[in-house]
Amino acid sequence: MKRALAWRSLLRPGDVGVVVGGVALCVHSLLSLWQGGRPDTAIVRAGGKVVAELELSAPRVLDVPGPLGTTRIEVEPGRARVASDPGPRQYCVRQGWLTQAGAVAICAPNEVSLSLSGRGADYDSLNY
Amino acid sequence: MIRSTIELVPTEKDRRIARHAAAAIVLTVAEAAIPLPLPGVKPGLANIVTLIVLARWGWREAVWVALLRVLAGSLLLGQFLAPGFFLSVSGALASLLVLGLAMHLPARWFGPVSHSILAAFAHIGAQLVVARLWLVPHDGVFYLTPVFALAAVVFGLVNGLVAARLLEELRAGERAARATTDSSSER
Repeated sequence: MKRALAWRSLLRPGDVGVVVGGVALCVHSLLSLWQGGRPDTAIVRAGGKVVAELELSAPRVLDVPGPLGTTRIEVEPGRARVASDPGPRQYCVRQGWLTQAGAVAICAPNEVSLSLSGRGADYDSLNY
Repeated sequence: MIRSTIELVPTEKDRRIARHAAAAIVLTVAEAAIPLPLPGVKPGLANIVTLIVLARWGWREAVWVALLRVLAGSLLLGQFLAPGFFLSVSGALASLLVLGLAMHLPARWFGPVSHSILAAFAHIGAQLVVARLWLVPHDGVFYLTPVFALAAVVFGLVNGLVAARLLEELRAGERAARATTDSSSER
């Protein structure tokens, strides 16, 4: 206990401030730099062409026409999914919510795809 | 034997710089033996010597000691002119610049611990910039910033505390020495 007090006496008031500032800088850099993978836009393509770029900030529903019918894209803050699709096997619907930047849901029969993009995507593509 | 016509007489200051640089070099070499998880994350124990020299003898001598330490340390470790050497030099120069500014902070509030942490941040900052511009020309190096920043805080704090403690003991020793000489001269 006495030892601890002796060490603490070496810290001057400003030193404590500098330590706190340093820790704050650490936390700030951690939060700002290690958030790769958080998506900020959903890119919707139909027939290979981009039909919509949706901000992942407000909830929204978008209907995209394709050769088989209408694919419904649903966007919520921070995530997006294919809510319904006329395709036979429903792979893109069963993928559920996409939350990572770089994640893609492809409804091949209806030629619609939904991909999330963001600063510092973790993956170029995802396999299922 | 022909006597040299050039006589270099080392001053007291030269000897002092050499002594401190030697201590710093020993710490550098000893530190190289410590296994560390990430390249670049080092305690930087030699900076304790730099901090003490800065506090006792001023900025110019601290510059001499730090740069001599980087040069001789790299020669001893076989790192001279290797990429790591340039990172060390850039880090040392940046931290010396910051120390030169930080030493003018009010001493009542800011001690060796502040100097140490600020210098550590300058060190990693310069190293990251050099690494980004030259060694790894990709923004990916900045992903390591949080790790380096944490190391700067932790090791900066530890080194600063050790330096503050040593400075206190050196001062106490000097005071005691002066007291004994004073009392003996009185007699």
